[in-house]
Amino acid sequence: MSKNTGSCKFRKVDVDQFDEDKYQDELTEEQAEQGPNVSEVTNLLSSGKNTDALTHLLNNPPMVTKNITMKDKATQLAVKVLSSFRSSEIDQAIQLLDFKQIDMLMKYIYYGFECQTEGSSAMLLTWHEKVFAVGGLGSIVRVLTDRKRV
Amino acid sequence: MTEVHNFGTEAVTCHAWNKNRNELALSSNSTEVKVYKKTGGCWQEYETMTEHGQRVTSIDWAPNSNRIVTCGSDRNAYVWNYNDGKWTPILVILRINRSATVVKWSPKENKFAVGSGARLISVCYFEEENNWWVSKHIKKPIRSTVTCLDWHPNNAMLACGSTDFKTRIFSGFVKDVEAKPSGAPWWDGKMSFGTLLAEYSNGGGGWVHDVSFSPSGDKLAWVGHNSSISVVNAATGQQMAVLKTNFLPFVSCTWLNESSILGVGYDCCPLLFSYSDQGQLIFTCNLDVPKEQSIGTQSAMQRFRDLDRMAAISDDTKNVKTLHQNTITQVIVYSGTKEDCSKFSTSGVDGNLIIWDFKSLEKSVAGLRI
Repeated sequence: MSKNTGSCKFRKVDVDQFDEDKYQDELTEEQAEQGPNVSEVTNLLSSGKNTDALTHLLNNPPMVTKNITMKDKATQLAVKVLSSFRSSEIDQAIQLLDFKQIDMLMKYIYYGFECQTEGSSAMLLTWHEKVFAVGGLGSIVRVLTDRKRV
Repeated sequence: MTEVHNFGTEAVTCHAWNKNRNELALSSNSTEVKVYKKTGGCWQEYETMTEHGQRVTSIDWAPNSNRIVTCGSDRNAYVWNYNDGKWTPILVILRINRSATVVKWSPKENKFAVGSGARLISVCYFEEENNWWVSKHIKKPIRSTVTCLDWHPNNAMLACGSTDFKTRIFSGFVKDVEAKPSGAPWWDGKMSFGTLLAEYSNGGGGWVHDVSFSPSGDKLAWVGHNSSISVVNAATGQQMAVLKTNFLPFVSCTWLNESSILGVGYDCCPLLFSYSDQGQLIFTCNLDVPKEQSIGTQSAMQRFRDLDRMAAISDDTKNVKTLHQNTITQVIVYSGTKEDCSKFSTSGVDGNLIIWDFKSLEKSVAGLRI
């Protein structure tokens, strides 16, 4: 009889690694994607073009890359961009976005919750409420189901 | 008129109708399949099929040959024949090592397909000389559990959706039991069994929950767990339309005519979508228009019962506004065909089975929009 050791190491053994039919994530053509350009976004922010900074951010997400630090940087940048909006400007900014950008914004909001900084959560909740009003439950479901995270 | 039939408090996981729609087979999230007959407006249970050892996952009733096929998590499928007032089962050896998830008769009813968690589809047909259902496997390149299936009207092509986020079309042509089908889109001459004819992804994640061929067989629609609905049109060069909706995900879908698709699922109401000849897929309307309920006086008994059950007094928290009180698990065309559906039926986790009058609903909703 085997002894119950309480060990849970075996749970981390990847039993599927020798399975040749194992599921693999799709690789898309845009392998060389850079994610958002930090200096450009900061420039846009400092010259007061908040909406342009937001659009740049949403159009260049680091989706395909497996580089976690790059993704974290993008999220931090997103939090910075979102917090530079005044709450009265949010509605206007959201109106300019198409449904793809809305989905992307929802993703940034959720990953923003994950790596929170002082006061960021309250600001993100304001954004969340307004994006939810446009994107509905569908946009939240897509944050949860998408294999490619930002 | 919309009819609501209740079958207890357990979820109705799957249901199937006979040809005349006066008999019904359903499973209430258990190992049993119950068969009902309609007698004077209510459903009378007349047989319980108890052959399955684990949960029944799918039922299909062949309208013309009057046979039922069921499959379950016990990795088995049974074909049920009605002889001398009794349903008698025949075991079908599927040769799978994971749960069977879905079963569908082909349009000509000479074979059926079973999807499974073993990452394959078993296509089964009857071999006369051995008096035996034989199964053939379609394996490649399915990478995950097969969740849904649909046969093309030409009886040879098979669409499947899977938890690897892809929708695929295979050849399910078995030369032992049928003649060569006539040409159809996707069908490029190579028709040997198991050939992959097409593979689609709508980008991004989301398990595919259901697939459906349009009545003509030119279009394929599918719904996924990312709340999306997609249509591919073979007549216009495989053009794909994807609509990422604002709703909760859809679990089941069907065409109601050549340009309308119905999606049902976690939103508890049937939602209608339309696909135009230009390849535009748009949301049309919600077919479950809630009636304004007047909040009447509440009896003391009701009030305390609500307080006890829900820890709330207010009446509006008691019920979901929709007719189904929980997720819808399946939608089937009830009267008419996919080409021109007049009624459809939905089963739900709330234990209800609802028959919706599509024609009159469509009219009333059109009236609302004007």
